[in-house]
Amino acid sequence: MIRYLCRRAAGAALVLVIMSMVLYALIGLMPGDPIDVMVQADPRLTPADAARLKALYGLDLPLHERYLNWLGAALTGDFGYSRLHHRPVLELLWPRLGVTVELLGFSLLLSLALAIPAGVLAARRAYSWLDHLISLLSLGAYSVPAFWLALMLIMAFSVELGWLPASGSGDLAEDGTQAWRHMVLPVVTLSAATVGGFIRFVRAAMMEELRRDYVRTARAKGLRERRVIFRHALKNALVPVITIVGLSLGTLVSGALVTETMFAYPGMGKLIYDAVMASDYNLALVSLLFATLLVLLGNLAADLTYAWMDPRVRIGAGVS
Amino acid sequence: MGARLGAWKRFRRHGPAVAAAVVLVVLGLMALAFPLAESALGLQAETIDLLARLAGPSWDHPIGTDELGRDLLLRLLQGAQVSLFVGLAAALVATVIGAALGLAAGYFGGWLDAVLMRITDFVIALPLLPLLIVMAAADLSRLGLDADRPEHATLRIILILALVGWTTVARLARGAALVVREREYVQAARALGTGSTTILIRHVLPNALSPIVVAATLSVGNLILTESVLSFLGLGIQPPLASWGGMLTGAQGMIREAPQLAVWPGLLIFVTVVAFNVLGDGIRDAFDVEADVPGLRSR
Repeated sequence: MIRYLCRRAAGAALVLVIMSMVLYALIGLMPGDPIDVMVQADPRLTPADAARLKALYGLDLPLHERYLNWLGAALTGDFGYSRLHHRPVLELLWPRLGVTVELLGFSLLLSLALAIPAGVLAARRAYSWLDHLISLLSLGAYSVPAFWLALMLIMAFSVELGWLPASGSGDLAEDGTQAWRHMVLPVVTLSAATVGGFIRFVRAAMMEELRRDYVRTARAKGLRERRVIFRHALKNALVPVITIVGLSLGTLVSGALVTETMFAYPGMGKLIYDAVMASDYNLALVSLLFATLLVLLGNLAADLTYAWMDPRVRIGAGVS
Repeated sequence: MGARLGAWKRFRRHGPAVAAAVVLVVLGLMALAFPLAESALGLQAETIDLLARLAGPSWDHPIGTDELGRDLLLRLLQGAQVSLFVGLAAALVATVIGAALGLAAGYFGGWLDAVLMRITDFVIALPLLPLLIVMAAADLSRLGLDADRPEHATLRIILILALVGWTTVARLARGAALVVREREYVQAARALGTGSTTILIRHVLPNALSPIVVAATLSVGNLILTESVLSFLGLGIQPPLASWGGMLTGAQGMIREAPQLAVWPGLLIFVTVVAFNVLGDGIRDAFDVEADVPGLRSR
């Protein structure tokens, strides 16, 4: 177990280092470094001043040396400053991370709360009109562009009906009702990205279980159908669903970027988008790395849950 | 050949897939009709007319104008051309990369396979959209390319999309190659001293074609979706070229005055993506391919 965790942690660290290298190189290609921007803003700065400043901050070094300097600092916990907000990056990041985790959590809950009953129903009544309706809805959910769905929801529920706010967020601890009202549309939008895939997967897993011998045995010994479905088949069908939840985390974080931008919801996604648009390199780089770390941790959690739920999967041997 | 004919029969009986194919043909005709519509109306999709902003339907503008007085119908048709072209081109590039890597990994196995599968697992799990945004925002002039020309922006978006789109194809192609490499005819070819490249192209590729086609079709919808998000965020197709996603950027600030501007482009994206997904499912059922996780997408 310990060895397995160590290997996973090493794998995650490797992924993060590779990501940071790629991103650092890419961000080196983004328009305007900080000194260029300063020079543009202040006509009194001469090219000589600019060169001196670049030397002072190490910006005249070749890319790989700049990267190593950055990595060295990051490893000691110094992730640098945000040019846009004039504050340390980490200070900006923590509250945003919390907001996004909350959003992702609720949306995942909503997705599963819809997908599990829908998937079970579709599998139970396979090839009926109900099954076709459910598969049509799930097709719609995963084909709809999230930003357009957000626009349509804003048009319907904020502009026309005036029921829900179109932008911003509230604090759950301070004003619960207000925070919930702000959360409804973003959570619904974000759930659309995953619910369609989840429904298809639950249906397939459930169909698979319903064909098994133990289900026939359970029915044969006279158990009620509800008990067969929920106590026996569903319990087993949900085990592979955990993997899909883990795999969907990347999709969810991508969806959070769109959703938060559409609803001006102050989470990580909006932070990353705003940072990229304002060429705030360092903020974009560090927040993207934290978003990746979030996804990797989520994947690890999903794998551990899977192993814990399914005793056939022995950690340490086959699983990598 | 018999299997292919059977597949065609099964496909024809798959009602939704045939309907999707019809929808796609109509969309394709719309894209082709764009230059004709331009000359019929005597306008261009880029023509700005600030005196006719947000105009209703008229003889000059069959379905009205947008927030800059540009003809909405022409913008939608050009958007169809752009979205379909970008989606199909990106899918093609992604399929070539994915098929080459997947077939090689499945056929040769060993470390190549291990490394490749690790990379695909990794790419699938990543939060791709933030990464794409950074890539799309990168300044190409620092690489000696002229980023201000719209063709370059379009080419860049195709390559960026292909870079994330190849994984599905690679996984399915690998799976097929793993099966095919154990077949007698491949072993016979190997025993006769045929080179690996020849075996891969002559024997493995043709027999792995159906999963590759399925993955390619399913990925078009996904790539069109991703293109529309990037264009919407201002990082994809660049104006004055119209794209459905980009049209929604302008419409976003106008949802009170002109809700129709926000409805049409989004609806067209939606319909196109649904059609490609249904078509992909239909081909998958016809060829009886085990495709992996449905409905997980890159955004």
